[in-house]
Amino acid sequence: MTMEKTPHKSKKPADHRIKKSNRQITSVTWAFVLLMLGMTGYICYYSFANKQEMTNNVYNGMQNILMAQNTRGAILARDGEVLAETQTADDGQEVRIYPYGNLFSHVVGFDTKGRSGIEASANYYLIQSNALLSQKAENAAAGRKNPGDSVTTTLQVDIQDVASHALGVYKGAIIVTVPATGEILAMVSKPDFSPSEIPLIWDDLIEDEDSSVLLNRATQGLYPPGSTFKIITSLEYLRQNDLDVSGYRFNCPGYYVSGEERINCYHGSAHGQVDFNVSFAKSCNSSFANIGLSLEREGFAGSLGQLLFNQELPLAMNYNQSRLSLTEDMPEAAMMQVTIGQGKTQITPAHLNMITCAVANNGVLMVPYVVDSVKDINGNVIKQFEPEAYGELMSEEEAQILGQLMENVVESGTATRLRDSSYTAAGKTGSAEFGTVKGESHAWFTGYAPADDPQICVTIIIEGAGAGGDYAVPIAKRIFDAYLN
Amino acid sequence: MLAAQVYFEELAKYFITVCMALYTYECFAVFRFREEKRRNGIYVRQNILMFLIHVTCYFYIFLETGEVGQLFFAAFQQIILYAAIVLFGMLYPRGNRLILNNMCLLLGIGFVILTRISYDKAIRQFIIATGSLIIFLLLPYLIRKLRFLKSLTWVYALAGIAALTAVLILGQDVNGSKLSFTVAGVTFQPSEAVKILFVFFVASALYHSASFFQVFTTAVVAAVHVMILVVSRDLGSALIFFVVYVLMVYLATGNGLYVLAGAAGGSGAAVLAYQVFRHVQVRILAWQDPWSVIDSSGYQITQSLFAISNGGLFGLGLYKGNPLSIPFVEADFIFSAVAEELGIFFAVCLILICLSCFTMFMNIASGLKEKFYRLIAFGLGITYIFQIFLTIGGGTKFIPLTGVTLPLISYGGSSVLTTMIMFSVIEGLYIIRQDEEARKQLRKKRYLKRIKKISVPEPDISPEPATD
Repeated sequence: MTMEKTPHKSKKPADHRIKKSNRQITSVTWAFVLLMLGMTGYICYYSFANKQEMTNNVYNGMQNILMAQNTRGAILARDGEVLAETQTADDGQEVRIYPYGNLFSHVVGFDTKGRSGIEASANYYLIQSNALLSQKAENAAAGRKNPGDSVTTTLQVDIQDVASHALGVYKGAIIVTVPATGEILAMVSKPDFSPSEIPLIWDDLIEDEDSSVLLNRATQGLYPPGSTFKIITSLEYLRQNDLDVSGYRFNCPGYYVSGEERINCYHGSAHGQVDFNVSFAKSCNSSFANIGLSLEREGFAGSLGQLLFNQELPLAMNYNQSRLSLTEDMPEAAMMQVTIGQGKTQITPAHLNMITCAVANNGVLMVPYVVDSVKDINGNVIKQFEPEAYGELMSEEEAQILGQLMENVVESGTATRLRDSSYTAAGKTGSAEFGTVKGESHAWFTGYAPADDPQICVTIIIEGAGAGGDYAVPIAKRIFDAYLN
Repeated sequence: MLAAQVYFEELAKYFITVCMALYTYECFAVFRFREEKRRNGIYVRQNILMFLIHVTCYFYIFLETGEVGQLFFAAFQQIILYAAIVLFGMLYPRGNRLILNNMCLLLGIGFVILTRISYDKAIRQFIIATGSLIIFLLLPYLIRKLRFLKSLTWVYALAGIAALTAVLILGQDVNGSKLSFTVAGVTFQPSEAVKILFVFFVASALYHSASFFQVFTTAVVAAVHVMILVVSRDLGSALIFFVVYVLMVYLATGNGLYVLAGAAGGSGAAVLAYQVFRHVQVRILAWQDPWSVIDSSGYQITQSLFAISNGGLFGLGLYKGNPLSIPFVEADFIFSAVAEELGIFFAVCLILICLSCFTMFMNIASGLKEKFYRLIAFGLGITYIFQIFLTIGGGTKFIPLTGVTLPLISYGGSSVLTTMIMFSVIEGLYIIRQDEEARKQLRKKRYLKRIKKISVPEPDISPEPATD
């Protein structure tokens, strides 16, 4: 853009004035041109950066337009098994079918009475159709809808099946992931429901305020971490002792007293003379209370933030943030509770799984994901999701030492039920006390296998079952066996 | 629906976008040449592209609605628009055809999108535009002849203030704002026309003297305009008057301090307005976080954002989107409707075409010798572009919403008429400048010839024919 200039140069003062005021015109012109171009850039950026979110907004009529044009796409398992699909009857009536019934209820979700699970998070893709123009033309001529794009997940039907059956009638959750990529192989939450029956049971579920059937316990369930939290306490102890724990000794009489507060070991068993390794393997509460009181709190609080406590998780589905309170001035009694994973601390199985995955993956957390790719009706890949690193939760060295501690849990600690396998596993059990009744506890296990080349990471919680070593570890073994053998 | 229709509609989307992109390119290619004569090829290509865009859009509309009447409507539009282009070329061979082409293209796009939103409104808009085109054809002649326009300073001021006051007292209340009144079934929105009077007022007050006293007196008059508009709750127009005044003073005085003073005063007034007026607070909140008030004061803006985002690059296609979900889409949010159904690419081209108009206005302003005319061309240019900035920026959450129209495209008779008068005045000024330049060239040639006669006693060149 060039300004036209008065063609004839002249030395008359009037012309001089004009030229001077042309500068003002030019600067004002440029100011507006830049303002308008800036606005144009903003409009393009805003509309494309927020496109998915805006399409999914219930106030946006676009969804209805797309749903009138396209049949909702299918949700597929890793190997192509159909987890959800829409079938159209001859009269045009559409039904959403879930061939596996209750098996994938929470993770795949439902599509009536609102949406949940993948039905919600991948809705944007499921209602689009990238069919060929010729196919669309053919459908238009026949008065048919266009086939929606399908979503292939990372879920593996056999693992989901084993996990679900292993949990049986217990309430609880299981999440199975691949530490090196973040792929979610299975996600079970019980009690479950049948997605296609949602319209029938909806009113009852809503009326019953105590019902937590719709809650995805794997990502939304908040539980006291119990002894699984000792992974985190150990990490902090390593950090504050230059990664050297060889000098640690403690004599466990079965309890630890500080002031008025008394911490008991599980079932009051006295562990005797223990070093750090044994404290962890045997899950000695007294020893960890002792360790916890030696920790410098400000550094501990910083590490907890780094491990995503009280923070948003890199998780593209509904979840709850884990809760933990650790302050400089909190009494020793509360501090001891924190270090053994009791008290007010609450964590979701998905979060604990992320921390375990980071240990298995040399300290690096991969963002967990369940949608692998989007394909059109002809099988062309519209969008491929790649593994993505979230960041380093701990150093490689720290992860290695923690991994060794967790291996010893299987070798000679509370998870020996995993010992006689074709692979070496690593993990940590937990028996988290809850409520007021003494002795009732949630059974936890979080771990991975094989220990030297982690391929699968499992986190299990069984509500009110008892000791983690007795109830959660056998389930982990069944899942490891199914995946690795 | 036929299979062929699916193919046509898909292809039409890309075809329209490509034509629009080429047209936009030509808008800026014009600036490579200084002489209007050498731009002829560009203008012809633009006319062909305009025709293609318009015809394709209306054929698309016809396929969607199946109403043959709309094809006739399109034909009438073609006849009127091309008649205007041809007649203007005959009446004013020295006129600027970029402004003319852009005006006709924007009117055409306006008809298309209004037909899609409401056929009745499109027809009404067409009738008003046809009448305005006649005025457009006559005004450049009058501008040249009426030399006394620069002495009517206080007539402009009084007429403007009287018109605005009349609306304030007699006007009907629409959504809390008093913008218009109705006489014999026709609704007028005088603040539109007063914009032109205001530019004439400032230009005539400042062209011979831009002393501080003179600036101060005009400031008082400008403030009266702005105050009346604020009280009528026509915040968009108030802002336009204010910005136009400040920048015209800057050009008249050459003193950048006035811009700084204006910016400071404007910011102060904005803060004060925020404190005092509840409706200003509502607007600001709906701008900052419309998602939190999505079912109340943020509804319009979020629906507008949805529309733009839904359209994607090439648009959903006419009748394929949901523009009617935006309240007042035909006036304040027409840009979003265009973006949704014709695509963000098309919409960006639209902005660029408006920018090329503005650049040409400023170009004309800088070429004019008489200060009064310079100020007018400059003032009208600012009025035009700032209004576009307010309406598009407001509808896209770039700035708070003020509720003004997109010139030539939005529905609204007063807006269309006013914008066409503005374009026409600028054409008149351009012709004055071309005449000046032609005279100057003539003098120069005669002068050179005289020198040659003296120095080189050769047989001279044939007498100079006047340039066309």
